[in-house]
Amino acid sequence: MKRLVGLVAGVALFGASALANDTMPAAPYAYRQLSDPAKEARAVALMETIRCLVCQSQSIADSDAPIAGDMRSQIRQRIDAGEDPEAIRGWLVQRYGDYVTYAPRVTPVTWPLFAAPLALLVLAALLLRRRFKGGEKAS
Amino acid sequence: MLAELGLAALWLAAALAALQLGAGMLAITPKGAELAGIVRPLAVVQGVLVALAFAALVSRFAVTDLSVKLVAENSHSAKPMIYKIAGTWGNHEGSMLLWVTIMGLAGGFVALVERRLPERTMLATLGGQAFVSLGFYAFLLLASNPFERLNPVPAEGNGLNPLLQDPGLAFHPPTLYVGYVGLSVAFSFAIGALITREVGPAFARAMRPWVLGAWIFLTLGITAGSYWAYYVLGWGGWWFWDPVENASLMPWLAATALLHSCSVLASRNALRAWTVMLGVVAFSMSMVGTFLVRSGILTSVHAFAVDPKRGSFILALLAINIGAALVLFGLRASTVSEGERFAVTSREGALVFNNVMLSSILGIVLLGTLYPLVTEAMGVKVSVGPPYFTPMSAVFAVPMLVVMAVGPLLRWRRDRLARVRAGLLLPLAASVLAAVLAGLHGGVALMPFIGLTLAPGVVVASLLPLRGRRLRHVPLATWGMVVAHLGIGVALMGMACDSAFSVQRLVAARVGESTMVGPWAVKLAGVAPVAGQNWTALEGDLVASRDGSGPVRLAPQSRTFWAPVQTTSVSALHTVWDGQLYTVLGDEVADDAGDMPTPASDLAHSRWQLRLWWKPFVPLIWAGGALVALGGALALLGRLATDLRRYVARGKIVDRKQRQALARGERA
Amino acid sequence: MSETEKPRGPSRAPGWALWLPLALFGGVFALVVLGLVHPASHDVPSQMIGKPLPGFALPAAADGKPGVATRDFQNGKPRLLNIFASWCIPCGVEAPVLAELARQGAEIDGIAIRDHRADLAAFLARNGNPYTRLGADDVSAVQLAIGSSGVPETFVIDGHGVIRYQHIGDIRPEEVPMMLEKLKEASQ
Repeated sequence: MKRLVGLVAGVALFGASALANDTMPAAPYAYRQLSDPAKEARAVALMETIRCLVCQSQSIADSDAPIAGDMRSQIRQRIDAGEDPEAIRGWLVQRYGDYVTYAPRVTPVTWPLFAAPLALLVLAALLLRRRFKGGEKAS
Repeated sequence: MLAELGLAALWLAAALAALQLGAGMLAITPKGAELAGIVRPLAVVQGVLVALAFAALVSRFAVTDLSVKLVAENSHSAKPMIYKIAGTWGNHEGSMLLWVTIMGLAGGFVALVERRLPERTMLATLGGQAFVSLGFYAFLLLASNPFERLNPVPAEGNGLNPLLQDPGLAFHPPTLYVGYVGLSVAFSFAIGALITREVGPAFARAMRPWVLGAWIFLTLGITAGSYWAYYVLGWGGWWFWDPVENASLMPWLAATALLHSCSVLASRNALRAWTVMLGVVAFSMSMVGTFLVRSGILTSVHAFAVDPKRGSFILALLAINIGAALVLFGLRASTVSEGERFAVTSREGALVFNNVMLSSILGIVLLGTLYPLVTEAMGVKVSVGPPYFTPMSAVFAVPMLVVMAVGPLLRWRRDRLARVRAGLLLPLAASVLAAVLAGLHGGVALMPFIGLTLAPGVVVASLLPLRGRRLRHVPLATWGMVVAHLGIGVALMGMACDSAFSVQRLVAARVGESTMVGPWAVKLAGVAPVAGQNWTALEGDLVASRDGSGPVRLAPQSRTFWAPVQTTSVSALHTVWDGQLYTVLGDEVADDAGDMPTPASDLAHSRWQLRLWWKPFVPLIWAGGALVALGGALALLGRLATDLRRYVARGKIVDRKQRQALARGERA
Repeated sequence: MSETEKPRGPSRAPGWALWLPLALFGGVFALVVLGLVHPASHDVPSQMIGKPLPGFALPAAADGKPGVATRDFQNGKPRLLNIFASWCIPCGVEAPVLAELARQGAEIDGIAIRDHRADLAAFLARNGNPYTRLGADDVSAVQLAIGSSGVPETFVIDGHGVIRYQHIGDIRPEEVPMMLEKLKEASQ
């Protein structure tokens, strides 16, 4: 059996963990969906926001890398067992840090990401108001 | 020999650019005034020379001249001709040469035709253009000579990245480059105007076609790139908020803002300093984008030709060009007043709002893209992805789209909402209806729900400026605006439908087995090996039928290239009016864990991984993108036609004056 | 860099606002220079350092060696836990270094990731077998649980089963003393 080592896996593997073709069959739920559509939807929504660890900027939902398949399988099995998606995200963050989630959490390091839109909104409101006030008076 | 000629032409063009910079800058001082005459011819000759250099490189790739290092490293004799040619710019050196070529040609063209601006501003503009080009010439000649020879000559080339061997991708980078370089012309105009302090409607009219042209190409480039990612990456996604994608989106956002503020400046002589600043920012974003893509400083799926050393060179260029421009802006902009005033409820008011929102989205994208670098400096790794970008940009995009629906109905200077209220009932009704339908359908998440609600309103509203007008008398530029705004609504509809209604099926199918995906029944009829010019593949034979309708055959492949060796999956798509069926052939599946794969002779008996999607209305995304670009093209045609008429009219006036003078002379 | 610079009041913008774009550009410039000078490492370090090994019990991956389970790491003596695979090229390069570590007294347990028994047997026959125990992790379950993102990786586990150190990539011959030092630290 060939692995699809496309662009994804091809450029996905760097340096020390340079990967030859591993010939192991994919984990049970790497390429298989849960029978309950609601659970499958929850699993996919989570997988789309988990970063593939060996790829260049891809979610595990978009990757053919074996480890991404193993992560998908594990996520599907856990969701099937009734675990909460955010709990699974938390479990992964505990192991790999914030790098593994594409949805940044508010932490002492990341708060500016969330403050910026607010600041922009306030600034936009202030400047627009000033601009238009002047305009009204003028006309 | 041709390679040496190309290199010589490149050196000469660089020398002329240096001369053009010097002459242009001296000519605007009282002392150097006699130099004014040579600046335009210099720009034209420089453009011709660099085009010759580029043609020389293309010819080397076309004949696979392996004595040229760049050809040997990036091409292969057994490649289809189209990819040999496309190979010219499918690498770092070639793409930089393409960049200066487009820039040189654009500069030459401006020098030939642009007569509306005061001559001093034109000289400063051409000087600025030469300043930017010079950096790129230095980069090419000193750090990445595309014509370098190889000795001994290898027997065969290394080939081109198989992913780039795709008709879409062969022309995707040059499309973006034309966009970037078009913005460099706008940048040069901004510099010229700042130097001579001549910011006014004439400046906006001279700059507008370039911004429009650049914007059309950026739109096309992003649309094509997104479609490419959609069918090549094989997982049905079309936008990942990947750094490289963001790098192409940021100049587009800035150019879109610039386009609209240009309109305000051209029609109403307002937003002067703001427009100049956007002119600088738009090109800065192009350079920042190029830098991010080339330096490999951020990891991306789309990263090709990454080299940190070249990254530093681009960074240095960027610092010099943009830094200088922004210093000039800081020094000069205070002497450029903002111009005419206007009320909130007016066309200008809506456009200012649009500008502020676009700039805010730009800010969010820039921040989110670079933020991992910030935390890296603090020793923490974070990822910023779709769950951040999508809602955060929606915060600004949603109000912007609402204003976009209303704005074109408003009059310049001041207006009353009451006047346009009746017209807005129609789009409002469309939105409410869509919201009710989406609610009845159920199971739609918040983001797609907002999209589904907003899109029909935007589509209807975009057509309203045509209401009650005789269509044959509507100016082309207005048609352009209508079509472009319509395109935005259409694309939004496609995006929302894709995330709300897509169906995915992953199966391990035996030959002969059928799978349902959405309304389609897809049968795996067989798997067979096939061969192409430089690849072999396993090809699945899928037979899809919908509600008993005639079957459609799809042939997804798992393709192996041999120069260089790489396997990639090639998806097969079937497009119908209401969506797209998306199929991918995956691996062969062993029946029991640990089993070795069945021999190739046994292809028909094993099971195969199939990934199937039914994506309702997803092609609307790219159709919308194409409409936006078409709208831009219509507007550009309209503007150029007006310019041309004016040009001809002025010519006639001059002609008449001359004849009158002549007649007077004869009489005398 | 444009986001904080907005259309200004009716007459003229305040002087400082005109320098805002330059300031923002300067910030971005400084940031990317920093990013170029200190390129981000592609390694994703485990966040499990200092935490106890999660519970697992892997079946034996090769004849003659027992499988690996969490309780094997709670016997008071620090050990190395090597995550590897026969299909991974650097793992073959690393094999003699592991043998050297074993010769100098390090106890090494191995976990083979996504590996066929036959391939693994051939790998061990070719490269030697420095492992005390050898577990098979066919779906990367333990790998994910301890925060490892590739092969090879080597963890130092102290006598109470707490993860003390993670080495990403193959151990180079010159890194042998360092690894032994880490083992010694873990026994204190």
